Amino acid sequence: MDSVLGVTYKGGVILAADQGNARSILMYQKNLDKITSLSGHTALACSGPHADVVNFSEFIAKNIKLYEFSKDGTVLSTHAQANYCRNELAKALRKGPYQVNNLLGGFDKKAGGSLYFLDYLASLQKVNFGAQGYCGHFCLSIMDRDWKEGLTKDEAVEIIKHCINEIHTRFLIAQPNFIIKNIDANGVEIVSFGEDPASA
Amino acid sequence: SLGQTFRRRPPTTGGLRFRAVAAAIVIGASAFFLSPTDAFDPFGNVQSHQWGKTSLDDPFDSNRNLKKASKSNKPPPLKFEHGTTTVAFTFEGGIIAAVDSRASIGNFVGSKTVEEVLPVNDYIIGTMAGGAADCSFWIRLLRSQAQLHELDEGKPMSVARASRLLANALYQNRGLQLSVGTMIMGFDDTGASIYYVDNTGTRIAGDMFAVGSGSTFALGILDTERRFDMSEEEAINLGIRAIRRATYRDASSGGFINVYLITKSGWKKVFRDDLACQDDTAP
Repeated sequence: MDSVLGVTYKGGVILAADQGNARSILMYQKNLDKITSLSGHTALACSGPHADVVNFSEFIAKNIKLYEFSKDGTVLSTHAQANYCRNELAKALRKGPYQVNNLLGGFDKKAGGSLYFLDYLASLQKVNFGAQGYCGHFCLSIMDRDWKEGLTKDEAVEIIKHCINEIHTRFLIAQPNFIIKNIDANGVEIVSFGEDPASA
Repeated sequence: SLGQTFRRRPPTTGGLRFRAVAAAIVIGASAFFLSPTDAFDPFGNVQSHQWGKTSLDDPFDSNRNLKKASKSNKPPPLKFEHGTTTVAFTFEGGIIAAVDSRASIGNFVGSKTVEEVLPVNDYIIGTMAGGAADCSFWIRLLRSQAQLHELDEGKPMSVARASRLLANALYQNRGLQLSVGTMIMGFDDTGASIYYVDNTGTRIAGDMFAVGSGSTFALGILDTERRFDMSEEEAINLGIRAIRRATYRDASSGGFINVYLITKSGWKKVFRDDLACQDDTAP
């Protein structure tokens, strides 16, 4: 039921996710932040059951941090982090799988903004834009039409906003709150949110 | 023989009686007997599980551990749901937790005097919804961990830590079909907090939660009437009313209403009432 979207632009990536946390017919909270920072220049937007989302994203984030500590501050590239995620998903797949679908976005000086599509079956694909969940049915055509090389940050945020509008118009499940994050040379920052994730 | 006194058999302790009852029943569970011709399913509401087939909703076949353990493809005997009604919310004066006390298997009410609030330490309590044995076991285990922590650290365990310990344990055991829906709440250095923790390993912080089969009915009252700046009396009253409305509509909830208040000086029970003696028109 979660909606997760991502669009790359020249100089970074925009990630967006809905903020709802629901189970069966009950909405537990509407201010959840599903986009976790993995390092100073990457973030993972994770969709799936809340327990798996929390456990997987925290596990990956802490292991990447541990790597940085142990290798004297060496920073892992986005490509390396995405492959690490995939490997962990693959190892767990035949034992106790993480039922999470992710979009990993990051900025590297050489590669620029990059976005990786990670499936719960541990498939990995580098993409220019992507979506996880039912929202893909509504949004991928909009992104196909509007995305081009050399977008600016504001144009990329516009595409995301068009997608969110379409979700609000046509998707059966009400997802009033979306959190949008930008990853660029300055790091990970919140562009906008529906409800402050910090509010308990 | 006139002076003979008959020695009274010592009464069974509440603990023993509870354990015996808990072993036999589940709080607020609706038991689905999985044979389609069963007499307990006159309206055909039972969806018999298709063993051996995995659906789109369950692509990883979460019952595979149980199937392996049972060495046959027979389904487990009882389908548990998070029955009962428990609510908790914060307000200016602290935290209110209100619970019912019914334990049922299907249409049979096993007990109407279950204590659905379990203490973790002097400042933290946990509510119980789902399987009685599962909830009481895991929260009592948490209690022992909290006591050891207090001895080691010299001060009580924080609510965040207590809830995280429980959530991690439940996540690691998520293949065992446990049934636990609890709220770990209390006061610590950071103030008041309530965490909803359940058998999937979900752990969510919030200001107000309702858990159990009657939770949606209780939320209708809580969502419309709760304010942060309530007095203690108003808050207790709101807790009572939410549970009462939920027990009125939900078959798996009933018995007694128990209300607990937690402040920075600890938790205490502030209200207990027998719903059976209440007038249906009471507010």
